[in-house]
Amino acid sequence: MAMRRIAIAFAAAIVAAWPMATLHAQSTLTIATVNNGDMVVMQRLSARFEQQHPAIRLRWVVLEENVLRQRVTTDIATRAGQFDIMTIGNYEVPIWARQGWLSALENLPAEYDVNDILAPVRAGISHENKLYALPFYAESAMTYYRTDLLQRAGVTMPAEPTYAQIREIAEKVTDKANQVYGLCLRGKPGWGENMGFLTPLVTAFGGQWFDAQWRPRIDTPQWRSAIGWYTDAMRQFGPPGATSNGFNENLALMAGGRCGIWIDATVAAGLLFDPKQSQVADRIGFAPMPTGEFTGGPTWLWSWNLAIPATSRQQDAARTFITWATSKEYVRMVAQENGWVAVPPGTRQSTYDSQEYQQAAPFAGFVQRAIMSANPNAQTREPRPYTGAQFVAIPEYQGIGTQVGQTIASTLTGAPVEQALRSAQSATDRAMRQAGYPK
Amino acid sequence: MRTTGRQLLLITILGWGVALLLFFPIFWMVLTSFKSEVAAIEVPPRLLFTPTLESYAEVQARADYLHFALNSVIVSVGGTVLALALGIPAAYAMAFHPTRRTRSTLLWMLSTKMLPSVGVLVPIYLLFRTFGLLDSRAGLVVIYALMNLPIVVWMLFTFFKEVPGEILEAGRMDGARTGAEFWHLLLPLTVPGIASTGLLSLILCWNEAFWSLNLTSSEAAPLTAFIASFSSPQGLFFAKLSAASTVAVAPILVFGWLSQRQLVRGLTFGAVK
Repeated sequence: MAMRRIAIAFAAAIVAAWPMATLHAQSTLTIATVNNGDMVVMQRLSARFEQQHPAIRLRWVVLEENVLRQRVTTDIATRAGQFDIMTIGNYEVPIWARQGWLSALENLPAEYDVNDILAPVRAGISHENKLYALPFYAESAMTYYRTDLLQRAGVTMPAEPTYAQIREIAEKVTDKANQVYGLCLRGKPGWGENMGFLTPLVTAFGGQWFDAQWRPRIDTPQWRSAIGWYTDAMRQFGPPGATSNGFNENLALMAGGRCGIWIDATVAAGLLFDPKQSQVADRIGFAPMPTGEFTGGPTWLWSWNLAIPATSRQQDAARTFITWATSKEYVRMVAQENGWVAVPPGTRQSTYDSQEYQQAAPFAGFVQRAIMSANPNAQTREPRPYTGAQFVAIPEYQGIGTQVGQTIASTLTGAPVEQALRSAQSATDRAMRQAGYPK
Repeated sequence: MRTTGRQLLLITILGWGVALLLFFPIFWMVLTSFKSEVAAIEVPPRLLFTPTLESYAEVQARADYLHFALNSVIVSVGGTVLALALGIPAAYAMAFHPTRRTRSTLLWMLSTKMLPSVGVLVPIYLLFRTFGLLDSRAGLVVIYALMNLPIVVWMLFTFFKEVPGEILEAGRMDGARTGAEFWHLLLPLTVPGIASTGLLSLILCWNEAFWSLNLTSSEAAPLTAFIASFSSPQGLFFAKLSAASTVAVAPILVFGWLSQRQLVRGLTFGAVK
C-alpha cells in the first residue's frame, strides 16, 4: 500500500514538474567558427548574449580555416546536422544556397538595419536576391609598404601603382645582406593561399581561368606574363622559402620588419598598425592593389559570414544569435571593450561613419573605398561564364585551384613557367571534363 | 668484433646527435610557448628572452583544458581496452591454431592501414550519423579500437608466437580448458608484450587527429581538437599554439617517459631475432 502511495506521489510530482521543465528548456546552439582575432573576441563577448537570452546556451567549436572548411562541408553535404551556425566564406554561401543547404534570412528585424551592410558584401552572400548569411567581417586587398625603407631608397609609392612600378620599387628596397626583402607575396600552394593573389594578378595581365565555353585558358600568353612577373620578382626580391609563406607568414615577416612591400588582404591593416602585434606599426604606408595592362576587371572581396544550415532544429535561436553577433550594437560593444581599432571591419556603413573609428584607424576610409568599389562579378578582358575575383565560384574550384597552386609554387623553386602552365592547363582540362563541363 | 674506444665515442656522439635532433622540435615548442607573440616570430629567433606566461593564461582563459584532457583519457583508454579485448583472442587463435589462410588474413589486416583515412571519411561519417555516434566518446572509442586493431593483432601475434606451444599442450594434458590455459599459462608469460602493445596503442590514440577533428565537435572533443583550435588563418598565434601543444602533450610525454622500457621492448621486439 505504502509503495503504491509513493508511486502515485512520484508520478504526480513528475506531472507537476513537466511544465516547469518545458518552461526552462534551453536551446543549445553549436557554432562552428574559424580561429581568428575577431571570432575570439566574439566568443568572449557571447557571455553577454547568454545573459540577455537565458534560454539559449552556446557551444563553440573553434577550428583552423582549412580544418573548419573540411569539417563543415562534410557535415552539411551529408546533412548530419552537427552545427546550428557555421562560419563560412562568400565563396561557399551562394554555392550552398543553390544546393538548398542554408536557410534564407528573410524578414530581419527593422533594428538590424540590413541596408547598413555594405552593398558589395550583401551581394556576395545573396542568392536569387535573398540573403543566406550575415557578414561578420569583410575585406578587399591593398598594397602595404614600409615608408622608411622607400624613403631611404629615394623612391615614392605612386597613388595607384602598377605591377611594373611595384617591381622597380622592390628592386631598390631589397637589401638581402640585412634580411630585408623588397617584395613579399603569397607562395604557399592552395586555392585560398597563393591562388588568392595570383588569380587577380592574372586578371590584371588580361588573363582568366575559363573562356565562355568553360575551356581552361591557363596556357596562354597572359598567364605566362603574369606568372613570369611573379616568379621573376619573387626569385629576385622575395624572402627565402617563399613557397611556405601564406597570409600569416607574410604578416609575420612584414610585422617583423623584413618586407618592403606586401600585397594582401585589407584585414592585415588592423594588425600591422597595432603596436602590440607589429614592430613597424609607425612606418606602414598603404596604396591600392596594383593594376596591370587590363583595368576594371573583377576585384577582391572576401567576407566571413555566419549562416544557419537548413538541418538545424533551432532555427529561431540561431537567427537570434547571428543577428546579435553582426549587429551595430555588437560593433559598439567591441569598441567599448577593445577600442575602435579592433572592431570587425568591412561590413557596416555605420562603422565607417563613426568619428571614433576614423580617428583610431587611419586606414578606415581607404578600406571602405576598396570594399565599396569591389566587384567580384565584373568581366575579365574576354567574357567569362563564372564570377569571383580571387576564386572561381564553382564547387570544383577548391580542388582545381589547389592543384594549379601547387604547380605554380614549383616555379618559385626553379621549374620553368611554360612547363608549369602547360601541366596546369592539362590537369584543369581533365578535372573540368570529369566534372561534366560545359554544363 | 670488439668495439674500440674511438668507435664507441663516435657511436655515442651519433646517438646523442640523433636524440637531440629528434628532441629539438619539442624543445623549440616549449621555448616558444614562453615567448610573447611578437618574439615568437622574430627572425632570427632569439634563445635568450624574457619569459612570459601570457600564452598559457590566454589558452586557459579561452578553452576548458580539463574537459578536453578528460575526453582524451577516456577515448584513449577505452579504444585501447577494446582493441586489446578484440585483438587478444584473434592473435591467440592465429598463433596457436593457425589455418592455411592465417598469413593472408594477417597481411590483409595490415593492408587496411595503408588506406588513407580520408578515403573512408564520408561512409564512416554517414554511419556515425545514422547510429547517433557523432560527437560521442563511444563513437571515438570504436573508431580508435578499429584503427589500432591491425597493429595490436600483429604485435600480440608476434609475442604469442614466442611462447612454446608445448607449454600450452602440457596444460591441456593436465585438463586445462581454453580459459584456464589463457589465464594461467599464456597471460603470465606474455604480460610484458600485452603491456607494451597497450602502451603503443594508447599513444597512437592520444595523438590521433584526423578522426577526432572530423567526428567530434564539442562534447567528445579530445586534446587534438583543443590544439587545432589555436591554429589561426589570421594574426599571430605561434606562442599560443605552442602553449596549447605543450599542455596537450605533457601528460603523454610523462607517461611515455615512465614506461619507456616497456615501450622500447614492444617496438623492437623481433628485430633482433
